[in-house]
Amino acid sequence: MDLFEYQARDMFEAHGVPVLQGLIADTPEQAAEAAAKIGGTVVVKAQVKAGGRGKAGGVKLAHNPEEARAAAESILKLTIKDLPVNRVMIAQGAAIDKEYYFSVLLDRSNRTFLSLCSVEGGMDIEQLAEERPDALAKIAIDAIQGIDLAKALEIAKAGGFSDDIAAKVAPVFVKLYDVFVKEDATLVEVNPLILSKDGEIIALDGKVSLDDNAEFRHERETMERDQLDPLEAKAKQADLNYVKLDGEVGIIGNGAGLVMSTLDVVAYAGEKHGGVKPANFLDIGGGASAEVMAAGLDVILGDPQVKSVFVNVFGGITACDAVANGIVGALATLGSSATKPLVVRLDGNNVIEGRKILADANHPLVTVVDTMDEAADKAAELANR
Amino acid sequence: MSIFLDKNSKIIVQGMTGSEGMKHTRRMLKGGSNIVGGVNPRKAGESVDVDGTSLPVFGSVADAMAATGANVSVIFVPPAFAKSAVMEAIDASIELAVVITEGIPVHDSASFWAYSASKGNKTRIIGPNCPGIISPGKSNAGITPSDISGPGPIGLVSKSGTLTYQMMFELRDIGISTAIGIGGDPVIGTTHIDALAAFEADPETKAIVLIGEIGGDSEEKAAAYIKDNVTKPVVAYVAGFTAPEGKTMGHAGAIVSGSAGTAQAKKEAFEKVGVKVGKTPSETAALMRGVIASL
Repeated sequence: MDLFEYQARDMFEAHGVPVLQGLIADTPEQAAEAAAKIGGTVVVKAQVKAGGRGKAGGVKLAHNPEEARAAAESILKLTIKDLPVNRVMIAQGAAIDKEYYFSVLLDRSNRTFLSLCSVEGGMDIEQLAEERPDALAKIAIDAIQGIDLAKALEIAKAGGFSDDIAAKVAPVFVKLYDVFVKEDATLVEVNPLILSKDGEIIALDGKVSLDDNAEFRHERETMERDQLDPLEAKAKQADLNYVKLDGEVGIIGNGAGLVMSTLDVVAYAGEKHGGVKPANFLDIGGGASAEVMAAGLDVILGDPQVKSVFVNVFGGITACDAVANGIVGALATLGSSATKPLVVRLDGNNVIEGRKILADANHPLVTVVDTMDEAADKAAELANR
Repeated sequence: MSIFLDKNSKIIVQGMTGSEGMKHTRRMLKGGSNIVGGVNPRKAGESVDVDGTSLPVFGSVADAMAATGANVSVIFVPPAFAKSAVMEAIDASIELAVVITEGIPVHDSASFWAYSASKGNKTRIIGPNCPGIISPGKSNAGITPSDISGPGPIGLVSKSGTLTYQMMFELRDIGISTAIGIGGDPVIGTTHIDALAAFEADPETKAIVLIGEIGGDSEEKAAAYIKDNVTKPVVAYVAGFTAPEGKTMGHAGAIVSGSAGTAQAKKEAFEKVGVKVGKTPSETAALMRGVIASL
């Protein structure tokens, strides 16, 4: 999960990383109040999870509460890279002397962590990495040893900092690594990290991504979440692994890899049937019980774009007869709200029994097809009628 | 022969007394695996009856190894405790630790991987979040159904569990030497390359199927490795051509960020080094059939 800037700021503050005051506002009035509370010059910043906010008019300077109100009013009307701006942060203004860059992230390729650092911050870091890779230090971080003060100094020097500034930024790097570890982040990035005209090091803008797998050991219920598509929200409530896509063939399968593969096979089949595409990713996992199947079908049939459904199950741990009973049970539960044709492909454990259960039920909406490729073709054909 | 796991493998189960651990211990035993005990510090000294087989429960991996001569551990411990379970297996220097657990925080897997490296990588780690490893007719350490395919000349390595099953099923008339599911998490122990190297060295394996999916660069690295090191024929399949950027497709690692890790990039990397890539699982199996026929 990616955090909003204000969430990252609050997290930094909680871990002792130096930040400036920042208050959130959802209306121009709140923005004016926040600006009055902070006093002096403030920056009104759109809270969206997208780069290029400045260019899109999402960051404005305000010298007094009235200007902050006007700035918030215009920013809250914006849509930046398809994301509506629902909230702004009113941040204390800063007198910037120098801008630096620091991040620590998961380095999947090397199965460890990586710190990136440059004395030249502020700009687009990907551009810096491409144009002048020597200016961006890349230091591997041992997951057990982490970043202590000595390591932080090594990073700062590799990033081109002079000794006196390195001594100032290194303790901040240690605190940012604290955020990375204690919050179970996969990315902590500060751009820019600034040296103010008063000689202070301050994290002016931050990006944090958290590991969803670690949520069980953090209490973050109050944290604002991404706005989910209504169908995704419904699936999440039912504890289903669902991603909405833009297509006509609803997909249900077991196992992430097989479901991804099913989407591809349906997309290929769709090329022969008017260009129909998969409507979603839905992995019902190993369990495939009647309840899970019913919840999955309910979500997919609730998608008005869906014209047919492809149920693709390989019976490994779950036997095909259990899956077939799940489908029959789900259709009985859904009753007349199930209106779209279902193409079912079952293979693996107890496949004969499973197919027999579906044949005996003889449900008018269900077509059983032997192979994955043929079933994808049939589902695409039905979606193109 | 086979890779990493054979008929002499003695297997213990960490987390055997939990519901998942017990269910799959039963299945592994039924499939012919030599399960010699379990580990649970709170139940040390007890024994568990599994369909007529009495399995002793030990307080630690080291105790279990000393008492039984176990050389493989299958780990079903819940995510919150998985890191210390894997570290315990590493401390005991067991040959192979198969981590089935899904949902382990990536800081924990990065930690146990760093820990393993600091101890000289004496324990081969498979997973986490994987179906494990099966050498049909010999042994099964994990949750792969034992009866999908019999033994044969094909080595199979895959990020995905159900695609492993699907591919074993498609090729069941030819048979499998070893099928290994390496898992779809961002940090894993055994990689595509590790499996390729072992299959290359295994006299029973005549040809290799490699299954990849979006995310990371394991497939691109595997392609480069094949070019320089693998003489046996390899056929590949990649899932996730239709996955949109920025959306996680089930596996924590299956996410496309920017241009890196796309299915198209992986397919091109394989084709560039002469590895044929099937468009669908069945087409991949057909390609492998052709390879086997020409051997």
